[in-house]
Formats: sequence, structure tokens, C-alpha cells
Amino acid sequence: MKNTIKITLGFIAIALTFSSCNNSKSSESKGGLSSSAAEQVYVKPGDHDEFYAFLSGGFSGQLSVYGLPSGRLFKVIPVFSQDPEKAYGYNEETKPMLMTSYGEIPWGDAHHPDISQTNGVLDGRWIFINENNTPRIARIDLSNFETSEIIEIPNSAGNHSSSYVTDNTEYVIAGTRFGIPIPQRDISIKDYKGNFKGALSFIKVDKDSGQMDLSFQILMPGFDYDKAHPGRGKSDGWFFYTTYNTEEANSLLEVNASQNDKDFIAAVNWKKAEEYIKVGKFKTMPTKYAHNIYNDETHSATTTWGTSVKVLDPAECPGLVYFLPTPKSPHGCDVDPTGEYIVGSGKLAASLTVHSFTKMLDAIKNKKFAGEAYGIPILNFEDVLAGTVEQPGLGPLHTEFDGKGNAYTTFFISSEVVKWKLGTWEILDRQPAFYSPGHLMIPGGNSQKPFGKYLVSMNKITKDRYLPTGPEVCQSAQLFDISGDKMKLLLDFPTIGEPHYAAGIPADLVAPKSRKIFKLEENKHPYATTNDADTKVVRDGKNVHVYITTIRSHFNPDNIEGIKVGDKVFFHVTNMEQDYDVPHGMSMIGANTSEVLVMPGQTETFVWEPKQVGVWPFYCTDFCSALHQEMQGYVRVSPENSNIPLSWSLGEE
Amino acid sequence: MNTKTMSKLVSLVLIGLLIGCGGKDEKKKASFSYEKKATTTTQQAPPETKVPASKKVNLTDKGVGPITSVELNAEIDQAMVAHGQEIYNKMCTACHRPTKKFIGPAQAGVMERRTPEWVMNMILNPEGMLQNDPLAKELLAEFNGAPMANQNLTQEEARAVLEYFRTLK
Repeated sequence: MKNTIKITLGFIAIALTFSSCNNSKSSESKGGLSSSAAEQVYVKPGDHDEFYAFLSGGFSGQLSVYGLPSGRLFKVIPVFSQDPEKAYGYNEETKPMLMTSYGEIPWGDAHHPDISQTNGVLDGRWIFINENNTPRIARIDLSNFETSEIIEIPNSAGNHSSSYVTDNTEYVIAGTRFGIPIPQRDISIKDYKGNFKGALSFIKVDKDSGQMDLSFQILMPGFDYDKAHPGRGKSDGWFFYTTYNTEEANSLLEVNASQNDKDFIAAVNWKKAEEYIKVGKFKTMPTKYAHNIYNDETHSATTTWGTSVKVLDPAECPGLVYFLPTPKSPHGCDVDPTGEYIVGSGKLAASLTVHSFTKMLDAIKNKKFAGEAYGIPILNFEDVLAGTVEQPGLGPLHTEFDGKGNAYTTFFISSEVVKWKLGTWEILDRQPAFYSPGHLMIPGGNSQKPFGKYLVSMNKITKDRYLPTGPEVCQSAQLFDISGDKMKLLLDFPTIGEPHYAAGIPADLVAPKSRKIFKLEENKHPYATTNDADTKVVRDGKNVHVYITTIRSHFNPDNIEGIKVGDKVFFHVTNMEQDYDVPHGMSMIGANTSEVLVMPGQTETFVWEPKQVGVWPFYCTDFCSALHQEMQGYVRVSPENSNIPLSWSLGEE
Repeated sequence: MNTKTMSKLVSLVLIGLLIGCGGKDEKKKASFSYEKKATTTTQQAPPETKVPASKKVNLTDKGVGPITSVELNAEIDQAMVAHGQEIYNKMCTACHRPTKKFIGPAQAGVMERRTPEWVMNMILNPEGMLQNDPLAKELLAEFNGAPMANQNLTQEEARAVLEYFRTLK
């Protein structure tokens, strides 16, 4: 056998040598295969990618996991939307994850993933992502690659300038895009100006468990807080937010929010905010928000309700917030790895504006204010300006950094990625993107330590890049090699939903910690069956609880009788396997829900309400062994008035 | 079809006719028979009986895996047995019964058929055993291709289970 392989490989090698000789005449390749884009993205079968990339799923509500440089899709992690494949939001255990103050919501709009950091460097423990429509922040555990926690943000609407973490993940923040009356009340929309507000929320993250806690909110004027970035290194302790609609228009914003020559970047001193909270300079506002936490031992989520929030009024808290004038409805707000430069991408501006943190501190110290807005000091544009990148392109949106003194900005209208130099502001390179990029991502590119090898551009328009699939075509990402002086386009790959932002991390910071199984002995699910002798069926009035187990390849029990029409049957499925990559699924004919997909050592529950007399089969949905097709069973359903006793069995036992 | 089966069939049909109208407990007119496996009650084993892997005795094969030598004390350690039995009940009974064939073979008497190393390797390294150990391969075929599952026991746990097996005769 081995010899055969060697001989075959030999033939392939010879064939390749010949064919590459032929190719070299017609192709432009000069240095052989080594420099080809194909070889740079080729990860040979069985080999692993160098980076994980987590791309937001946008209006799919989910988070997708890709490998770089291959662009291979590994997993779609359900976060804000139900996922019948994994039973997320369908099984009894995860339904509470989608609970909000508005009730259970099956869909969300996922935006900006950000990986937890320690000392400004990616630590690969958790990834946070915001939901725009029903304001929420989720935390995904990067050992399970599952959503562990979702916290709802009260006093917010359009949770867009979110969910970024500070240098030591002290906070993950959430900002409001749509001004609203706070507290909500019945007033005329025309009374927007001066009456509507935008809340900036600071959510404390427990340094050990990662658990989130809504710490406080700053009630800002009713501008639209679009994007945000924490200070890094020297500017740690500050948070920066771009604003638009400083006009406070309430209609036809396309025109009316584009009137001011300059909007603002709001600089928020969150360490100062902590001091104000400590001395009690806050008001406690009654409110209601859901806080949903999934427990790895009970394999279940629970919802608790927040009932109040501490709010700070910046007009009453000197030194808390300053406004940095920034041209023309800035969108992206990006701080370089040193923390000195704050890039504001004026969507409608002819140049890119870069502010200096040092100059900002000087201007504040010298009290050089140009005015104030709702009691918040406005600094002079010229006093804080570090420089401008002139004529970089049209429609700048977002900037990331490579850690070598370079910045990369996407331009939506001129459809390109532009590389420029921090400090000299000169343009070094520009490459077209196909088409109209929004966000871009360099692994670690918003932290103090970027891994500046690849850049992913996430494009809003795909048009002719792939085979057409009717009116709706896939969204697209493009991979660039940024290790050289010039960027080099390597690969297109389709994405899930519309990726708004992404986060990337070297695989070796995450892969070794990836969980393989849940230990049966740690299973504390109230309906778990951790010993095969304990399988049973228990009636409690109309509710029937089936304690059922799976192992390759049978259910225990697999014959159940004594169920009646009108019963509500809870199948509590425990997977007894303790081996990697052996999930079992279960589905029941006529169950008005999804399958469950149960990982080794886990318990999941689905509900079946039989409506017809008969004998109804169930089976395993996930191919588990050579005898997977045999993994099936029956439930006998008798009439409501029947007196057939409950019984259950497996084989002859 | 021999006469025994035939008479069984007839009586089943009769029973069916008798209680068929009762509705609830239908006893269906028996099945068909087509080269069904010989069962232990109908002694139809082929003349050149091959010893099944579960009955074979091999006290030299140590199997494939992390265990190369196990010292067994003459006296059985009862505390270890209790621990092993607890682990066996939790982790193994989904497929095994101590004294009868279930999904997999019974463990009773296994210490008279196998080396302790083989037993522990089968618990700790079933994938490797099923690929490389001739006896394990035969067992897989005998048990319908149902593979021994790796339940991720520690060596200490597997050793305790082995001690428990010593008490199963």
C-alpha cells in the first residue's frame, strides 16, 4: 500500500513538473508556484488554517467561523437568531437565550464581533457581538464556540456603536444610534430636538467568568452614535464615539443630517465615570432588561431581569465628555495600536481626519474650548488635529492597523482599500475591492498588537463575482496579503448574511483550548440521565417526562407505551458518549419544533404534543456510526381515555 | 421451514384470530422467515462450528494501546472493585451487561479469556484496537459492526473497572 502511494506521488510529481513547464510559457508567473495566490491560500487536506476569522452574520443574526487563509467555513454560531440545525432557540434549554423585555424574539441583527483582550492583546477567551435592532450584547465562549450570555441594553435603540472591549476587557460598551425619549414616553416626533437622548452603556466584564453586568449609562444628547473604539495604551481609560445627525433631524436624515460641516467624535473618560459612580453622582432609573446566561453544567439558560440602571448626566459631570469636531458625518472611529491617533472617517468628506490624543489632552488642560453642546465642551478642530490623509478616495468607512505604522481604510464609493502611513499621512498603496467594501479586518487590527499578515475586506455588493443565484446573491469577503509593501488580492469567499465586522486571531491562541466533550459526571441538568439504569418515563398529569439516553447506536428506551393524545411529552435526551465528535440527534414525527443535536455528555429537551392515536417513530438525525440507520424507536399513542400504563423498554429488558 | 416453526406460526395466527377484535393488544400474525440467523434455541449451527471471538481464549495478546503491563495482586482489592463497578455502571452499561450479551459482549469471565493489558487497552484505545488488534476486529464483526465507544476513562479508572471484572465469573 505504502509503495503504491509513493509511486502515485512520483507520477504526480512528474506530471506537475511537465505541466508547470508548459504553463510557464503562457502565464505571467515568474518565480514558479511559490508566489501564486493559489498556493498562498491553499491549505492542504488535513492541514489547519493559521487564523480563525469570526465574521458577523449581519441580518442573519449569527456569527460565522472561517479559517484564514483558506476562507473555509467551519461553523455558524447561533447568537441572536434561532437555528433549527443546532436547536438553538428551539430546545427548552436555549429558549431563554432569546428572551427580551419585548418577549421572546427569534431574530436579531448581528454587527461587530470583538475578541477579549488582556493588556491590549487578544487573549482568545471570549468574543462579544452586538445586536442592533433589539439592543443586546452577546458573549460567546471560545472554548465551546457557543453563545454563553446575552444582556439586553435598556434606554437604547439601534445598538450600533458597540460591542468593543477595553485593553483589559474591563468593559464592553454599547452605544445608541437612534435618539429616543429616555425614559420612553408619548411625545410628538417633531419634539426630537433637545428631548431625545442617546445612551452610552458600559458593561462590566468579570475577569474570570466573563459574566457581564450593566454598570452605568451616560445620557448623551440625541445625536446618532455610530461607531466606537476604546483608547489603547496611552489613551486607555477613554472611549471614542463618532456621531452624525448633530443636526438632531427627525425626518429625511439623508438630507437633513448632512447639513453641518462638522459633526463630532465624543471622547468619554470612563475612568472619570467610574469616579463619579463611586461618589454617587448618578441617578438610578427604573427600567427592565433581560439578562440570559447559559450554564455549561446544567446545559440550560436562565433569564434574570434587571430593574434599574445608574445614569450619569455629562452636563453635571465635568471632565467626563468632550466633543472633537470631525468633518462630515464620520462613520468609522478607529484608534491606532499606540493609542495616539483617532481616525474619523467622514463619509462625505474629501479627506480622512486623524486626531491626536496628546493634543486633545493639552487642549483640555488649557481649557481651549470652542463652545459647548448641552453642557459638553467642544474643542477646537485645529487644536486636536494630528493630520489629514488628502484625497484618499471616496466614502471612507473603516480603518484597521498592521502594527508596523500603517493604516488601511475601506472606501465604499470608490470601492477600494487604501494603505497609508501614520504620522506622514501619505498614501502607500490602493487596491480595488469587489465591490463597495464596508468593514475590513486584520487579525488583532484594532488592538495594541495586530498580526499584520492578512486583511479581510467585507464587501456590500457582489454582483458578478459568483455564479448568479436569482435576485439574491451572496455577500462576499476578500482576502489580501499585506505582508509586503503592496497589498495583494488572494481570494474571494462568500459569507453568511451581511458581515458588518469581523475579528481574527491566530489559531494557536484558541484551538488548544477548544472543548472536546462535556463530562457526564459534571452534568447537572435537572432531567439528565447520567446512568443508563436510570432511564425512565414519568407522568405528571398531562406532562410526561422521558429520560432517554443515546449511545452508538441506540436510544434507551426505544419502545414507549402509555402516552395519550393530549399529553405534553418532554424528551430529555442525554448523550452518554464521552468521545470527541460523537453527537447524536433526535427528532420525532409530528413534533412542532426542531431536532435536538446533543453533544457528548450533554442533555437537551424538546417537546412533542401527540395529536393522533397511533405508533410513531423517532430516530437519530446525526450520522453516528455504521448502525446509525438502526438508531430508531417507537412511541405508542393511545386515546385520551385509555388506561394503558406507562411502560418503556430497550431490547428484551 | 421446519415443522416446529410451522406449528408456532399456526398457533400465533390462532391467537391472533382470538384476540384480534380486542383492539388494544394486537398480536400480529407472525413474521416471515428468510435465512434468519440461527438462534440458540434452534440448533442449526453449521457443521464446522467456528469459535466466535467473544468465546475465544487468548492469554498472550496484550492488545494495542497505552497499557503494556499490568500487575494483578493475588488478592482482589474490594475498594477498587466498588469504584470500578460504579464507573462501569455509569460509563459502560449503555452498551454492556455484566453477565449477558447486550450491544456488546458480556464481561463475565473476560479475565479467563483475555490478558489484563488487552482489556484495559480495549477500554482506553478502542479506535486503535478496532484497527489493529485481530481479536478486536473479529469482535466488531461478531457484534454487527457496533464499535466499542471510547468513554474517555483515565488509566486509573480503567484499572478499577478491570478489578471489578475480576469479580465477574
